[in-house]
Amino acid sequence: MSEWITACAFDDIDDEDVLRFDHAGHTYAIYRYDDKVYASDGLCTHEKVHLCDGLVMEHVIECPKHNGRFDIRDGRALGAPVCVNLTTYPAKVDGGNVLIQIG
Amino acid sequence: MNPATATPPAQPRTRADYQLLGGAGARAAEAKLVNAEWYKCPVPRPLMKGLMQRDDAHAIRDTVLWYALIVGTGAVFVYGWTAGWSAAALFAVYFVYATLYSSPADSRWHESSHGTAFKTRWMNDVLYQCASFQVLRRPTRWRWSHARHHTDTLVTGRDPEIAVPVPVDVVSTLLNLFALLNGPKELLAVLRNAAGSIAADEKSFVPEMEWPRMVREARLWMLVYVALIGSALVLQSWLPVLLVGLLPGMLGAWLFNYTGFTQHAGLPENVLDHRLNCRTVYMNPVLRFLYWNMNYHVEHHMFPMVPYHQLPQLHATIKADCPPPYASSIAAYREILPAMWRQITDPNHYVQRPLPTHASAPTSAQSA
Repeated sequence: MSEWITACAFDDIDDEDVLRFDHAGHTYAIYRYDDKVYASDGLCTHEKVHLCDGLVMEHVIECPKHNGRFDIRDGRALGAPVCVNLTTYPAKVDGGNVLIQIG
Repeated sequence: MNPATATPPAQPRTRADYQLLGGAGARAAEAKLVNAEWYKCPVPRPLMKGLMQRDDAHAIRDTVLWYALIVGTGAVFVYGWTAGWSAAALFAVYFVYATLYSSPADSRWHESSHGTAFKTRWMNDVLYQCASFQVLRRPTRWRWSHARHHTDTLVTGRDPEIAVPVPVDVVSTLLNLFALLNGPKELLAVLRNAAGSIAADEKSFVPEMEWPRMVREARLWMLVYVALIGSALVLQSWLPVLLVGLLPGMLGAWLFNYTGFTQHAGLPENVLDHRLNCRTVYMNPVLRFLYWNMNYHVEHHMFPMVPYHQLPQLHATIKADCPPPYASSIAAYREILPAMWRQITDPNHYVQRPLPTHASAPTSAQSA
């Protein structure tokens, strides 16, 4: 059963940036780009590094360890050293908060 | 506990420990050294975001200048060859040409493998392929070995890029200053990959989905070498094989070995703190151009997303939390050479880097 949960306040994330959100033993990455929000699993599919220390460039998150890149809109792995796509989650802004749909 | 002064290695070190299959990797995993959490100097996120920003301008300028130098010295060599210069004069020019052809290719290969040279992705990819060929490294194989090097830096049995394993083999080390062993070995590996064979140890760090790419790249390299040899035969001239491929790649390797040895040689394996197993060495502007600022090696390993042209600023940001940098490459070698000499007979010897007394405590580390 999927549910919308509050991840953070919209203003907690700078534009073109990423924030870590932990919930129920799982870690997520919440992105803001061009005042839209996106969400994905928080760990790189390559070596399980937290993406929250990475760099958001347009719609791409780059892993801080090996510079693997994913499209934050659909989780597509954009080339070596990442080969496995990132799981993404629906995200929206509601009442000044960022909500993500999980489950 | 300072990892450099932590428990000495549990077992005597041998060269077999460095094998990726059947080496010390399993012990490293038991000791939680594999894909571990490494110490990072604290840098405020807004500052780090600024340092990580990419652009194309720096690398376009530096790449155009680099290739202009290669073409320029190559043209002088061809002129001297056809004009009948003396062997000594020709060798001097060729030595400069080969050095420019090969050694900066090491740092360009490296920076573009991280995707931090240019902001534009395809520019990184083009430079990566060209530099890989020049420095005699199979592109996909070395992209993945370098990823492992960053995951498990100097972890025995895990890191495929430990330049000076212990006990130090003096003969191999000296021969490889000019890639006399590694160059031909790499070309044999190209032949093997071109025939469709991937070595077992390569399979341990290159994902299976990348193996076909390794084969395709090896076959492309073969075509280039066939074209070079063919043109030499058609032209009845040594020039094509002197200007491109194995020979300049090997002769010019000395400088990237000179700068590259400062990165880790003599420093401890199996610690989880780049301040202890990497060196930051001040170098002059010429070396820094040729080496693309990889002398800031602690900084690079700790924050590999920061482009080469931002590393001096990153160094200024974190240097209070790091061991003192070396004043020059000469100063670094005053430490490296005695350490390597001792490691010939004492593989448990290493150099202890002093952390600032106020430095943040490193994460746990153990010997494997």
